[in-house]
Amino acid sequence: MTLTCQSWQRAKPNRIDRRDLKISLAPVRSGVSLLSQGHIVNQTFETVRPVQGIKDSYLAQARSKRLMNLILIVVFVVMLVSGFNTADHRNAGGFWAGLPNILDFPADVVGEAIARGHLLPGYMVKYFPSLLETVNIAAASTLLGAMIGLVLSLMITRGLAPVPWLIAPVRRVLDVLRAVPEIVVALVLIFLLGGGPVPAMIAIALHTVGALGKLFSEVNENASLKPVEGLESVGAGWGQRMWFGVIPQVAPNYLSYALLRFEINIRASAILGFVGAGGIGYDLRNTMSWGQGKFDEAAAIFLLLFLTIVAVDQISSKFRHRLTDGQASAKVML
Amino acid sequence: MTATALHGPTLALFSRKKMISFSVPLILIAYFVYIFFSFDIAGIGDRINVNNARTLVADAYSFKTHVTQDNRTGEFSVAIEGERKGEYPSGTAPDWVTLKDRPVVDLGKGHVITFGPQVRYQIPGYGTIVATPGKRGVNATFPAGEIPDYISASKNRVMVNTDAGRLTITRNRTEVFKYSYGWELFFFTLDSPYHGLGFGQLVNRAVNGEAGAIFHDIWTNRMWRHGDVAWALYETLLMAFLGTFGAALVALPLGFLAAKNFAPLKSIRFASRRVFDFLRGVDGLIWTIVLSRAFGPGPLTGALAILMTDTGSFGKMFSEALENIDDKQVEGVTSTGAKPLQRYRFGVIPQITPVLLSQVLYYLESNTRSATIIGAITGGGIGLMLTQAIGTQKDWEEVTYYIVLIIFMVMGMDTFSGWLRRRLIKGKDDR
Repeated sequence: MTLTCQSWQRAKPNRIDRRDLKISLAPVRSGVSLLSQGHIVNQTFETVRPVQGIKDSYLAQARSKRLMNLILIVVFVVMLVSGFNTADHRNAGGFWAGLPNILDFPADVVGEAIARGHLLPGYMVKYFPSLLETVNIAAASTLLGAMIGLVLSLMITRGLAPVPWLIAPVRRVLDVLRAVPEIVVALVLIFLLGGGPVPAMIAIALHTVGALGKLFSEVNENASLKPVEGLESVGAGWGQRMWFGVIPQVAPNYLSYALLRFEINIRASAILGFVGAGGIGYDLRNTMSWGQGKFDEAAAIFLLLFLTIVAVDQISSKFRHRLTDGQASAKVML
Repeated sequence: MTATALHGPTLALFSRKKMISFSVPLILIAYFVYIFFSFDIAGIGDRINVNNARTLVADAYSFKTHVTQDNRTGEFSVAIEGERKGEYPSGTAPDWVTLKDRPVVDLGKGHVITFGPQVRYQIPGYGTIVATPGKRGVNATFPAGEIPDYISASKNRVMVNTDAGRLTITRNRTEVFKYSYGWELFFFTLDSPYHGLGFGQLVNRAVNGEAGAIFHDIWTNRMWRHGDVAWALYETLLMAFLGTFGAALVALPLGFLAAKNFAPLKSIRFASRRVFDFLRGVDGLIWTIVLSRAFGPGPLTGALAILMTDTGSFGKMFSEALENIDDKQVEGVTSTGAKPLQRYRFGVIPQITPVLLSQVLYYLESNTRSATIIGAITGGGIGLMLTQAIGTQKDWEEVTYYIVLIIFMVMGMDTFSGWLRRRLIKGKDDR
């Protein structure tokens, strides 16, 4: 609706009579109500045209829009179907052949878990240290990544950056850090450092620096510069200006993003364990490779992982809601 | 409230703030100390494999050519990286090797090695080492004076490691490594007629109707497998595309069931929300393992694993977006006598399309990365090629190549999805 009003304002007002406007607006209005926010028509009406003219041009536009959408949808469906066929063809087992077996493995696992259900608590205790390691990898890398990301984010925010010409190169570095999948860094580091939690921690922390650095700098852009100027006027250095002028404004948002990242990093750390970086993923791979008859241990690990992920998701989303709701965030800040 | 009444709470807040600003750094430090010991970071110095690091870095920007002589048969061969697919056909050699009765290898800077029953290595500034490998071991004579550090000699083995290259003589073999910069045979392998041609000559040949053959030779390069790499990249993108959009298509109707204002029954809403939580909570890793048991390794399994996890995420986001729609548009459409389906089509869908599309496109970019990771587990796409190359522990130039390709792929996808987002959601700001 807003756009229609603008176009009317743009039309020469001295040539519009009030009555004309009412009459000619009517079809436009009914037309626009069918249009969406996403489908706003980019047309400006130079002059007031008769009702029929507007109606025709609207309908023509709607038709061409509909045609374009139809073409887009057809292209999309063709891509989806042909892509599915290609993937199906290049997969070791076919989709339709595998579909009936999809429940076999879960049934095996659940069956064995139920048959030896009394052992499950024991297994959970047995694998709890690995779980702790996985969570520790995620937590340590999130903390490290957030701390480095915080400094870098201040360096790439216009108006806050201490060295303006460093903004572009540091941004590129963050782009690259964000683009590298954790597994790449982890595998290379495992080759250098051997297995264990450290390669995973470094790999996830690097990715976190990239991701949080960008998000933090977006938050920084919305920070008010007044406290910074005030601090500058009393002779505060860059570090002091940031620490006392910017961080208190943006800390709730930082925390919220860091928590979200923590959720993501727990999953990542489980996956990296699977390729040899320690933690519960590593145990999962081992128990899986023991094969049938030993799936009860795998089931215990599945369960542990599932419960951890759900618990962290729930707790962190509660916290994040509190942080982003104005009143509560003030409380948390103080 | 009077000033005195405010005095107490303010002081309490101040002291609480002081407490926090001291305790948070302390807790952080304590945690990192705990991590330091629990991850055994002090022991890293012992575990780090410096040799591996050196190989990795050197291999990433240089390659070595092996010149080998079998000391028993006298057989002589030159091969890049010592690999069969990089072997020079017999009778040919790079220009720094002179093939004669007794082949001569010129390592540059005055380092000359003469092969034959008696191997001679001229080292500038030191002298000539003469070694005769035989059944009894390696009989070597060195110039007068102390033997320098870069030479290690024993009864069965002589090794000379200079800046120009490395010579190893054992009873059975004499081998020289010459290091050169760059990625060897990147475009053409040695058996291709186009190997060693300059760019101008290639363009000339291409114009003269050999473009197809040139492309074929690059595409089927056995050393770098460009064709396979292209397929792998395509598979990875395919996984991300199928997974993301498949999930969006599945999650859209489910999102209506889970939204407060559309759910027909409260119990259905509750059930579908739990389904989303379950799909998200069972991580992509577990979905990958479960699905690969049914469908075998490959891109389809990866796509389905992404689809499963993201159906959960999308379902949650879509239902939240649906709960936040503006009822006025729906009422407006209803007032014109629209039926329920038309109300959804014209009152609801247009409102949520921009939000959904932007979320889906954002996920498309992040799933390109996930697809690489999942590919490494289920065996599809560039992730598999990367793990294979790392697994050989010597093809680090290929690892570097794949990493660069992955970075470009993800960044390209980021740019593309951002562009698409701006195109499709006109008038709205990117973020």
